[in-house]
Amino acid sequence: MSRAKPEDDEYWNSSKFRAFTFDDDDDEFSRLKESKRAVNSILVGDDDDDDDDDDVERVSWSGEPVGSISWSVKETASSIRSGSEQSFPKIDTTPSLSKQGSGYSLSSLFKAKSKSGAFQSFSESFSDTSTRTYAPALRKPKSDGKDFVSDLSPEETVRRMQKGRAFSLEKFRSLQDKLLLLDEAVAAYDGNVITAVLIYLKKSLSKEILFRELMARDVALRHYVHYLKEMGEQKLLVELLKALGRTEDMALMQYKEHLNIKDEGRRRDFLKSCLSLPFSQDDATHVQDHYTLLERQIIVEASDKKADTDIFRKFPRKASILNMPIITTLYYSCFYHYGESEGTFSSPSNIRKTFRISEKQYILTALGARAKLKSWFDVDSLFNTKNWLGYTKKRSPVGFHRVVDILQKNSAPVQVLQEYVNLIDDPELKLSVALKYKCHDVIINTYRDLKDRQQLTVYRDKLERDSVEYRKIQELLNNGQIRWKN
Amino acid sequence: MAQTERRDAPELPDFSLLKRLARDQLIFLLEQLPGKKDLFIDADLMSPLDRIANVTILKQHEVDKLYKVELKQIVSNSDQLCFLIRPRIQTVKWISELVNSDKAAGRFRRYKIIFTPQKFYACETVLEEQGVYGDVTTDEWNFYILPLDDDILSLELPEFFRDNFLEGDQRWVTTGGSALHLLQSVYGSFSKFYGIGRCAKMVYESWRELMEEGEQRTKQPEFAKVFLIDRDVDFVTPLCSQVVYEGLVDDIFRIKCGSVEFGPDVTSSDKSIKVMLNSQDKVFNEIRNEHFSNVFGFLSQKAKNLQTAYDKRRGMDIQQMKAFVADELKGLKQEHRLLSLHIGASESMMKKKTKQDFQELLKTEHSLLEGFEVRECITCIEEHINRQVSMIDSLRLLCLLSITENGLLSKDYRSLKAQYLQSYGIQHLLTFANLKQLGLLQEQQTGETLTVMESKVGKLVNDKTAGKLTDAFSSLAKKSNFRALSKKLALVPKSGEEYDLRVPRDMAYVFSGAYIPLSCKLIEQVLERDGWTGLEEVTRMLNGQEFAVTGGSSSSEARNKTDAQRIVLVMFLGGCTFSEISALRFLGKERGCRFIVITTAITNSARLLEALLDSHP
Repeated sequence: MSRAKPEDDEYWNSSKFRAFTFDDDDDEFSRLKESKRAVNSILVGDDDDDDDDDDVERVSWSGEPVGSISWSVKETASSIRSGSEQSFPKIDTTPSLSKQGSGYSLSSLFKAKSKSGAFQSFSESFSDTSTRTYAPALRKPKSDGKDFVSDLSPEETVRRMQKGRAFSLEKFRSLQDKLLLLDEAVAAYDGNVITAVLIYLKKSLSKEILFRELMARDVALRHYVHYLKEMGEQKLLVELLKALGRTEDMALMQYKEHLNIKDEGRRRDFLKSCLSLPFSQDDATHVQDHYTLLERQIIVEASDKKADTDIFRKFPRKASILNMPIITTLYYSCFYHYGESEGTFSSPSNIRKTFRISEKQYILTALGARAKLKSWFDVDSLFNTKNWLGYTKKRSPVGFHRVVDILQKNSAPVQVLQEYVNLIDDPELKLSVALKYKCHDVIINTYRDLKDRQQLTVYRDKLERDSVEYRKIQELLNNGQIRWKN
Repeated sequence: MAQTERRDAPELPDFSLLKRLARDQLIFLLEQLPGKKDLFIDADLMSPLDRIANVTILKQHEVDKLYKVELKQIVSNSDQLCFLIRPRIQTVKWISELVNSDKAAGRFRRYKIIFTPQKFYACETVLEEQGVYGDVTTDEWNFYILPLDDDILSLELPEFFRDNFLEGDQRWVTTGGSALHLLQSVYGSFSKFYGIGRCAKMVYESWRELMEEGEQRTKQPEFAKVFLIDRDVDFVTPLCSQVVYEGLVDDIFRIKCGSVEFGPDVTSSDKSIKVMLNSQDKVFNEIRNEHFSNVFGFLSQKAKNLQTAYDKRRGMDIQQMKAFVADELKGLKQEHRLLSLHIGASESMMKKKTKQDFQELLKTEHSLLEGFEVRECITCIEEHINRQVSMIDSLRLLCLLSITENGLLSKDYRSLKAQYLQSYGIQHLLTFANLKQLGLLQEQQTGETLTVMESKVGKLVNDKTAGKLTDAFSSLAKKSNFRALSKKLALVPKSGEEYDLRVPRDMAYVFSGAYIPLSCKLIEQVLERDGWTGLEEVTRMLNGQEFAVTGGSSSSEARNKTDAQRIVLVMFLGGCTFSEISALRFLGKERGCRFIVITTAITNSARLLEALLDSHP
């Protein structure tokens, strides 16, 4: 803490952390430093290690190191830098795969640029992106000390923007200049500045041209999409995605709008209008389901709101069914509309069929709803199957331990629980479930079948002395017929 | 059980200084707007603000009334309105509307927006477009870092994760660089950087440029080494259920800015209590890094000791009693209070976890990490979805399945997605699209489709572009390679071996001995090797983007001897979990060094996935 005081002062005096101003009086200082750096960079020639220290070095929008050939050749991404230079080295931020692009000749750099007026084919604009994207000639010597902000190079402009100093974008009028500026912003990694440049381009370029140029500039494109999202410029965003051929994204973007519509009738109509959007095949089915679901929920809701049958009186509805998921709707219909014929929209069988609900899912949901109502008869009939001899047998697509869980959560009586515990195949699982829910009979019978006298004795001692179970165990233990294994 | 810190563990720098700096700057900014004013604060800035200032300080600087920003109409009679907000377009739009409606009503007020940690051009453009630029003055409060504890620093920017990784917006990159620069200017320079991830590289670059602009300092560094890591390098770790105490408390009660609210079920009274959870809480400090299974035993032992201490009173004479009350009683009472809180919390967590079949979930997770009985896991996840239990847990398991298996088989993907939408709502189509884009949940691309496409496109364009396209494709397919990574780095210990959680032998203890967090393992390996040499295969599987650089300042020899050399700053870009912090604390103790975590926000599986939901407008 002793150093707190001087630190404090230093903190406020250091330029970066001072309150924001348009004050330019530190320009003298930075100019001085820039010239110092310029001088240093002259010496670079004899020491390869220092090349990265050169502030002139920039990275193009795709992150290609510009001009630092030796760096990108010599230095793999995993290299360890250790040298005598005072500062930290610059690192390359491209994926290692596309690193081979650093050996360009100067003339190839200008080639792509000179074409920028004409429409570029897709492949051309792709290769364009991996070239250097600014012309050295545009860069003014730094020690030049331009005071007119309108006369700055893209690089200097971006630097000023990064520092929050005064700048002007007005002079970037040709498409080439605008793109140089954008690429420079991307090369500086500063999302704030990238978006600022994009806002300027949005105002000063027709959207067709802007979209076309963004197509080959992924980083800038993503900033633009995010900006439009945040500004709520839905229409333009849809146009952009369409122009980019990202039709599925566009469809989802439009579909998302339904969340903003509160009125269910309008929401339904909107969903209907979404059906024609170019979703992927799977998603198209889901959106169709969404529309059908809401349409039916509206019908059911209208009639159930005024329903006056026993079940509604006994268990008044706590909430409307509108906008609930499919499974919740199924649960609702199993609760209030069980046994209705398939012809009605509200019947479980209709919902099951319309939305292609799996047997397993159906059983789980119906089980939950019927158990909640304590209709154990309905529960039984969910699992009853008749074999060809006419015997009924219980079968389930979900493990019976799961069934027991659900029954227990709905406080099923012990007799009902025991029946289902007994249906669990795996004896170990059966025993552990029985122990968890205190199904005495099952436990006792299991130990008896295992001929495990010790466990039975242990279990007996946990029971009340005069209980039925206690006596039952006592009888078993006294039974001379059983051959205990221990 | 108790933390026996190595005697030679280095001292940590005093981070409370950062709070003072932030407070002083805020006061300075408030003074720029003299006179009485009403202050509107962004909801998510209230807790961070609480940590560095209080109402009295604000009142001292003529803040009259405090409001939360709710994007609704306001009722304020003040002539001066000050807004303390994150730089978000929506908020600025709201302020512009407010100014315009004041104008329409012929009302004159002064308005000032203080953006924190910085302002964005996009926000200022909104002011301009709405015709209120100039009516509203703007300022920046460079509150980059909030120290949450002795060894945890937070940028408190949860949106960093979504903005950067999902939207691809690099607006917070310079914030990361500025935070590092701030640490450097207050505590001394760094000697070495390691890192992995695209964002990590950019943050490093951003910091480097700031440093080159600023004047060089020749100060003794307080932390020599810095490790930067992108969250998307390791998604597995934050998706796992947390089982160390602090992580579990965060998963269940959600720790917010280092404080947690315990409800009536914990306090066993009718009111909730807010508690600060940090090293100041002596009881908490001893259990925070422990596996949950040890916590009960520890707490009950502690309770016994406390009883004994209280019992000393018996048979004391007046003098002794006086001394007891003066010296010990207060401490004992304090401990008593904390102890009963943490016992209450543990009980409540036990109850909640038993209710939601925690054991079964854990078993599924561990099987997935191990790649064992994957079919059974899928069935289990399916049933989880079918039963409509926790929407986030279902999603978490689906993502874990996808990452550990390098994507789901088409048939499984479709069926699980359909069932998920049926159970939790069809609007989650949007969530699935987001998860796919991030590579968290996707269909397996058959190898053929990819190569065929690549070679086709490859013929059309030249080599360089092909390289670019390969990138595009690989990001399209975003293979996680988890299984191979796990094998290479031995992340999953061989099953069948007993793991004594009371005496952890490695960082896997934070996940019950089932998995060593990938992020922390990378950190361990790189520090051990002093770089990435020998880890080429690992980095290839992680999509490259690794780096290790030295600042080669002269006195590196001398520095080796200082404590600083053994303090490592680890920066998580996109969030860090308490489990990872616990693992690093463990690693630090093993290696006689200390880790300081600086993160864009504390995260966990729920926060991570909630950031990717699109089901709310």
